[in-house]
Amino acid sequence: MGWLQEFYNQNSSTINFFGLNAILGLSIYLTLAAGLLSLANAGFMAIGAYVSALLTIHGHWPFWAVLPGGALVAALVAVPLGLPVLRLRGVFLAIATIGFGEVVRLFFINWDYAGGALGINGIPQQTRWYHIFGLLLVLLYCFWRLRGSRTGFAWEAIREDESAARTMGVNTTFYKLLAFVLGAFIAGLAGGLQAHLRFIVDPNDYGFGEAVDILVFAVVGGMNIFVGPVLGAGLITVLPEALRHLRSFGIQPGPDRTLVSGVVLLLVILFLPRGLVSLFTEAPRSWARREEPVAPPA
Amino acid sequence: MPPLLEVEGLAVSYGRVQAVRNVNLRVEEGALVSLVGANGAGKTSTLSAIMGLVQPRAGVVRYRGEDVTRRSASDLVGMGVVLVPEGRQILAQMTVLENLELGGYRRRDRAALNAEIGQLLDRFPILAARRDAPAGTLSGGEQQMLAIARGLLARPALLLLDEPSMGLAPQLVNYIFGILREIHEEGRTILLVEQNARKALALSDRVYVVETGQVVLEGTGAELAHDERIVAAYLGGVGVSGPS
Repeated sequence: MGWLQEFYNQNSSTINFFGLNAILGLSIYLTLAAGLLSLANAGFMAIGAYVSALLTIHGHWPFWAVLPGGALVAALVAVPLGLPVLRLRGVFLAIATIGFGEVVRLFFINWDYAGGALGINGIPQQTRWYHIFGLLLVLLYCFWRLRGSRTGFAWEAIREDESAARTMGVNTTFYKLLAFVLGAFIAGLAGGLQAHLRFIVDPNDYGFGEAVDILVFAVVGGMNIFVGPVLGAGLITVLPEALRHLRSFGIQPGPDRTLVSGVVLLLVILFLPRGLVSLFTEAPRSWARREEPVAPPA
Repeated sequence: MPPLLEVEGLAVSYGRVQAVRNVNLRVEEGALVSLVGANGAGKTSTLSAIMGLVQPRAGVVRYRGEDVTRRSASDLVGMGVVLVPEGRQILAQMTVLENLELGGYRRRDRAALNAEIGQLLDRFPILAARRDAPAGTLSGGEQQMLAIARGLLARPALLLLDEPSMGLAPQLVNYIFGILREIHEEGRTILLVEQNARKALALSDRVYVVETGQVVLEGTGAELAHDERIVAAYLGGVGVSGPS
């Protein structure tokens, strides 16, 4: 096991951030599964991070309690936000939730008790890899069980056709709110874990960019099954690190690497429109079809 | 005993547009009642308001004597009011079987539900053959059968049907109306919205003619089938132009 320990020592931050990003990808998958394009999860992550950090520093709560504490506050904020906002659909919901994310960011920047624009420093590093991956495994199990459950079925029906689902007696308001609040809770947990992993909470880390990054995990990985966002988070976290090895080909860190990263993402979206996960679920068929000769004109 | 469904003074607006001005109607237990009228007369809006899918601006909807005007659609499904919507609204990416299961969404009796799904698949052999296919790959007529079957699985005491013959070939229209007759003869109460007035009149115990959001005529199917105005406007009578 020595090589494994060595591998972890060299790549611990990449590995842990992959785990956190996978959890965030699952949090947005939950809303997408119910047909909701919500970009609020970076904001919920910020709430989880701030609340848990403050509970640790000022409240002296134990680590096992600050994580659900922060997530619970995020979920509680999601209820009054979701009730009006979830009446919107598609891009209108996306815009409203982006607005929420900005409000959260500006709130923390102006909240002196939480360090204002500087954020919070010196949070004890209590997050270990097994916290992150333990949570990830629990979530994966829950998502696996959700498929085929009554709740999963309701979400699927709402995503397919909300008005049909409502007509057939699905309480769409309840199930949409449930997806939104559970997504907020999961994002809040990820925020708390992240805060206790990297010592600091910076309000500007939870802005529009982070919100879009979380969405990209799901888009790149695939949104049809919960494994997709985990794969997406994996590629996007590991890619910049892997590109470090391109240095010997004259590709420099900074703008060059971002460019290569962008090109890879574009290629994935162009050739795997249903995400990386489609490599495993439908690859043989689609490749076979591509090799078929074009039918000659009659 | 109060009628199964009673609508009084119903009005529905979308912004400034008044879709329904003043609709009054009664549906007795076991009856087949039709709302006929041209496009845009307010028939679908009336059904949507009964079902709780839109909030009426005014008026009362009573079901079994109880005021259900502000109830949500999911409550009403639980009480036995089921809508087979216009344009079928089947879930295109889900299989035929999953669509049928959605019909029984509010039911807890899994075993009985599965048995009923089996019976319905016997009744509609075309659906049985395609049970694992995505519902979006069905033809229009098959989708309409699926929508009706899905509605029946919710165990309706009152079945609301919105334009079941829309966009179907004449043969299929006959087939669908045959099914409606069967469902009615099994003792179900039906409120039918139809543009195909001739078919609707032939089948109905009572007919309401809706124009610009109001009931302008009512009577039994047989009475209205011989009413000059109806013949002229909806049954292709000679000498008077139909509704534009």
